[in-house]
Amino acid sequence: MEGSGHIQKNIVVIGNGMVGYKFLEKLTAKGLQTSYNIIAFGEEPYVAYDRVHLSAYFEDSNFETLQMAPRSWYDENNITLHTSDPVIDIDTNAKTISSHKGLTISYDKLIFATGSSAFVPPIEGVEKDGIFVYRTIEDLDAIIAHGKKVKTGAVIGGGLLGLEAAKALLDLEVKTSVIEFAPRLMPRQLDDNGAEFLKDKIEELGVDILLNKSTKQFAGNGKVTAMKFSDDSELPVEMVVISAGIRPRDELASKAGIDIGPRGGIVVNDEMQTSVEDVYAIGECALHDGMIYGLVAPGYEMADIVVENLESKTKTFSAYDMSTKLKLIGVDVASFGDPFCENAEHDAIVYQNKSKGIYKRINITKDGKYLLGGILVGEAEEYNLLLQMTLNKMKLPDEPESLIISTSGDNNAIGGVEALPDEAMICSCENVSKAAICDAVKDGTTDIGELKTCTKAGTGCGGCLPMVKDLMTHTLNEMGVEVKKVICEHFEYSRQELYHLIKVKGITTYKEALSEYGKGCGCETCKPAVGNILSSMLNDKVLKEDTILDTNDRFLANIQRGGTYSVVPRVAGGEITPEKLIVLGEVAKKYNLYCKITGGQRIDLLGAYLNDLPDIWEELIEAGFETGQAYGKSVRTVKSCVGSTWCRFGVQDSVGFAIDIENRYKGLRSPHKLKFAVSGCTRECAEAQCKDIGVIATDKGWALYVCGNGGTKPQHAPLFATDLDSETCLKYIDRILSFYIRTADPLTRTATWFNKLEGGLGYLKDVVINDSLGICSELDAHIQHHVDTYHCEWKDVVEDPKKREKFKHFINSEEKDNSLEFVNERGQKVPIAW
Amino acid sequence: MITQELLTAENVKTWFEVAPVSRWSEDGGAAVKYGNDEIAVFNFSSMNKWFACQNLCPHKKQMILSRGIIGDKNGEPKVACPFHKKQFSLTTGECIDDPECETIQTYPVKIENDIIFVGVE
Repeated sequence: MEGSGHIQKNIVVIGNGMVGYKFLEKLTAKGLQTSYNIIAFGEEPYVAYDRVHLSAYFEDSNFETLQMAPRSWYDENNITLHTSDPVIDIDTNAKTISSHKGLTISYDKLIFATGSSAFVPPIEGVEKDGIFVYRTIEDLDAIIAHGKKVKTGAVIGGGLLGLEAAKALLDLEVKTSVIEFAPRLMPRQLDDNGAEFLKDKIEELGVDILLNKSTKQFAGNGKVTAMKFSDDSELPVEMVVISAGIRPRDELASKAGIDIGPRGGIVVNDEMQTSVEDVYAIGECALHDGMIYGLVAPGYEMADIVVENLESKTKTFSAYDMSTKLKLIGVDVASFGDPFCENAEHDAIVYQNKSKGIYKRINITKDGKYLLGGILVGEAEEYNLLLQMTLNKMKLPDEPESLIISTSGDNNAIGGVEALPDEAMICSCENVSKAAICDAVKDGTTDIGELKTCTKAGTGCGGCLPMVKDLMTHTLNEMGVEVKKVICEHFEYSRQELYHLIKVKGITTYKEALSEYGKGCGCETCKPAVGNILSSMLNDKVLKEDTILDTNDRFLANIQRGGTYSVVPRVAGGEITPEKLIVLGEVAKKYNLYCKITGGQRIDLLGAYLNDLPDIWEELIEAGFETGQAYGKSVRTVKSCVGSTWCRFGVQDSVGFAIDIENRYKGLRSPHKLKFAVSGCTRECAEAQCKDIGVIATDKGWALYVCGNGGTKPQHAPLFATDLDSETCLKYIDRILSFYIRTADPLTRTATWFNKLEGGLGYLKDVVINDSLGICSELDAHIQHHVDTYHCEWKDVVEDPKKREKFKHFINSEEKDNSLEFVNERGQKVPIAW
Repeated sequence: MITQELLTAENVKTWFEVAPVSRWSEDGGAAVKYGNDEIAVFNFSSMNKWFACQNLCPHKKQMILSRGIIGDKNGEPKVACPFHKKQFSLTTGECIDDPECETIQTYPVKIENDIIFVGVE
């Protein structure tokens, strides 16, 4: 028996869904895993996953992005998780549970988080093949497998989940009908008018909507072929997804003698306690005050209440706001507060625009002072503010209609986020208030990612993120944070200004730049920034002033966990001879380096000691390699496909042109790294459109795409010019790069630079093609100077004993850094985790 | 070995001889092997001063600070860790940008006959 023999108490959680997981997360956030043994049981083979975003699974079938936390998280937090092992019996007198696999465990506290199952109405023929529910990953896998074989399908249920399921079928390219029993879609959230707008929008997307339909029978011989309705009409279908509501999973509780509501659900009080001592229920299986809450936010709140009360604080659950905003089949829909006001005195203000498909309704009190609720269809940007106004009983502006009728695109009448009270709940999934977010910003969190990590706001459904961002900007403005783009406290100039000053004055070192235009001793921001400008401009030896450079530039290698460095020789265009491949292997073996093929079609050798770098490079240069500048803010790689040389579709020699391009720009220092690609035909195998510079072969020459980006914020590169000959293509690339290098802020990729360029693509074309600024000769000369003065930085070091000295770890010993530790993983060394 | 009390030039009992001044780059650092420990020693030439601190960055426990870029924050000399740019004062050892990060040990430095010595106990 697990847990017995310990003095610690056992908390047993039945169910590992979103709410069950959130309960565990809240327990560990309080450090309670040290005072309790925590044991969780899940019926599914998977760890808890995000059911709210299930339809994302249809897009990529990637489970990892859906899971709430990886399995290792449970281990790290000392939580024993039994998956594929439902609890089948509970003895509330002996306080033990038994599982399907035969485990018997005693509990001190028992939590039901069993959730719900899809409600399947007792329709004749419901057991036929091709009929599914929409609930678990296994359901989805079955729907995907079946959906690939058929052309027509139907969804029973026009509620939230039903429309989600319809979206999933659309993604599978199944012609879809939605069957709803009620006279309108989303009857719990929308009024007749709003539902009509939603219906029109969804029908535009090719989904048929059948209202007032009650399904009587599924026809077909073993396999469903048609649906028959109570009005004797028929619909031929090859598959059906039932999404007609949820049923709380209360069968286990019922068997254990715990009180169940008349229409299902485990009865709980305000502290989530069931009728049996030390047994709780949270989430969709719990029946609170006659209500089952089918959303995650109230489930999370329930989890929080049980955790809080374990520590003998008293927190209680009260009726929860069921407001919601979502995108249904691409249509924004929101419903908040009391959307209908059927039993409340109110005036409704309605705005509807048939041509744009927008419907908005707000319900205000008779005295015109407060907002009670409302509905938004087709456009729901105002949702967060309207919800806050409702929940916080904020006073309405004199003309409340201005809240939903945007005038001249200006900001709304209540003046945005600053008008919200401090206690306004911004993130309802994680219960984060406005004050908590603003305080975090005031404490120095100025990055949206960090803000999410430290406050947890926006980590649930993500719907509040626009508001979180607005709050961050607003708070920063309030704090008087300087928005002028100066480099740092040592230079009151932007990078572009400094570039010009350095050029005009002929400055060649950081020291000169600091004494002419800066103050103080400099720092880790301005030193590399100036170093970068100097090397862009002069193409000098980068190690001339080595201590102003970031460690990667200083040691001509990328620093890795543990403090080792990586070695990445240039493999122009990704083309490499067998002889050179063998050299890379030999060197890697000799210096015990971990090998990996990079995304840029070259080979990364990792785990090199600082001391070994010059020796490694000496061998590589001897064999004909040169530095790949993987460490620099400079040209990385030019990815290519094999093109017309080998490929039966290729129309130009993409490898040859990629090598020419790589050799032309290699070593060019720029505000950030640069990635290129050349594809040999329109199939675009080299993925050139997500690169800073992308070239795609056409029948007549090359199409040039510029300023694309992969990475954090993917962005397709717009087409700059097409059917160019190689010479013109290079000329345009020269000018675009030089113009970027001169004008971009530090550490700004071309995509970001381009997005902020006033006049956009038209302006850039004017500058580069028509020489509208009269600077093209200067831009051309800049790149020509670079080409003429190219040198391999590693060759320069290898040949200079004084420079080699700088690659020693200790100044007073020849020893290597002996603090490094490695472990073996899949046959290669890797650093130990930090 | 690494003492937690503040070491100053006045209370140092042992001076550890390191290397000649000429071995350092201008405004640059180097790691010093001291027994099984590592100390980062910086030639802060723009202030005409020398500083020393533990080489271990407490954030991710990496022996790395000697390879950091030095500079000042409102006149206070500092070093920024190359890994995640955590900044430490070279006079007090306090982390400048993250109050939750541990304070690092600093050591006094003296020059005799163009040789660098670090006060270790």
